[in-house]
Amino acid sequence: MAHEHKLAIFRGLLKFKSNIQKIWGVFAFLSIITIVEVYLGITKPEYLTETRWFAMKAINWVFIILTLVKAYYITWDFMHMRDELKSLRRSVVWTFVFLICYLILILLIEGDYIYDIYKSNYVKFDF
Amino acid sequence: METTVAKTGTEGKTWGGGNRPLNASYGKMMMWFFIVSDALTFSGFIASYGFSRFKFIDAWPIADEVFTHVPFLHGVPAPMYYVAFMTFILIFSSVTMVLAVDAGHKMQKNKVIIYMFFTIIGGAIFVGSQAWEWATFIKGDYGAVETKGGKIIQFLDTDGKRVALKDFAIAIPSERATHERKNGVWYDTEAETQTTFTYEEVKKGFLAHDNLLVRTQYLDENGEPTVLSRDASVDKLVNDGKLVVEGANLKHNEYGHPLFADFFFFITGFHGFHVFSGVLINIIVFFNVIIGTYERRGHYEMVEKVGLYWHFVDLVWVFVFTFFYLV
Repeated sequence: MAHEHKLAIFRGLLKFKSNIQKIWGVFAFLSIITIVEVYLGITKPEYLTETRWFAMKAINWVFIILTLVKAYYITWDFMHMRDELKSLRRSVVWTFVFLICYLILILLIEGDYIYDIYKSNYVKFDF
Repeated sequence: METTVAKTGTEGKTWGGGNRPLNASYGKMMMWFFIVSDALTFSGFIASYGFSRFKFIDAWPIADEVFTHVPFLHGVPAPMYYVAFMTFILIFSSVTMVLAVDAGHKMQKNKVIIYMFFTIIGGAIFVGSQAWEWATFIKGDYGAVETKGGKIIQFLDTDGKRVALKDFAIAIPSERATHERKNGVWYDTEAETQTTFTYEEVKKGFLAHDNLLVRTQYLDENGEPTVLSRDASVDKLVNDGKLVVEGANLKHNEYGHPLFADFFFFITGFHGFHVFSGVLINIIVFFNVIIGTYERRGHYEMVEKVGLYWHFVDLVWVFVFTFFYLV
């Protein structure tokens, strides 16, 4: 079995000499992200909790984006998705992108709608 | 054998057999199938958590106030630190796992053994930590009172500090006889676990201490739970209060909405079960490595497959961590 590993991360910006080095590099990167998340979670800086982007606090968007970045590197480097065929990558990833976006959209809109009903006892829109 | 096998004339062609779809071996492919379907289950859980949270968006417990404990540091409020530690343990066990997979590719048996061992230890620490977190959550902190409408009210002093029930409740001596089977209808048992104090005792203590206030679950415009004035507090507790809640279970939750506890138990429990089974599978593979099963087989693909599962468990935790503790 041939095991060639693609050793460059960050779109080729960072190249590692061996697979083991790459693993430690990715670990360092994931640790930094986690530390940033925990730091933000404990301090809750006001400029992030006060601002709102797209109906959510900016800090929550930061958390979600950092989480997706972490998920990408775990899947791509620890689960060796980077070394798999493009077709395998796509059949796994797009399944999630479509189904989960749909699920989240439906459930969060519904949840918000019920919240409005509880709050105002008034049907805001009919569908 | 020649006579029993029908020649189709497609040998060596695409449909002649022997191909590996997407260039992944059967076992790895099936592991990916499992991971995709299992991840959709978790997505369903987390998305329904989002649904309930949006439904009660102005009264959802603040995770920072719920998970403030670190083992051996009793009474020191340290939000997030312990979960952060758990996250690191899991990421690190992922690293040792992927190092084991790498050593397996190079057929270095001893290295695989060492790295698998560290992975198992990391997983065990994580499951243990989660059990501890559950125990702390179930036991509770300050205690609260549930109103007739099922809302939770908590107690503060005038400085805004949380006050525990045991610090102000005044014991009312009373006789309490255990309800026994012979005295009642056969299917009737004692209702629920008894709390340390009754509602009447809490009420009496609250009325006796002028510096106590009530905090509701509803968030004010600053995103903090609303604190009522003394008069409103007395009114709320005396007229609305119903029962004392200490800790959390599937029905009552002193930290706020019971759904928060329900989702906490289900999602972290389901994830913890995955970690637990991951540790078990890791142990099986670990012993197989030791007795040389994969050495004889000529490849360490089994380590790679269990590695995929293990990373997936880590991946799920990354999301649980975000949506339960951070957001």
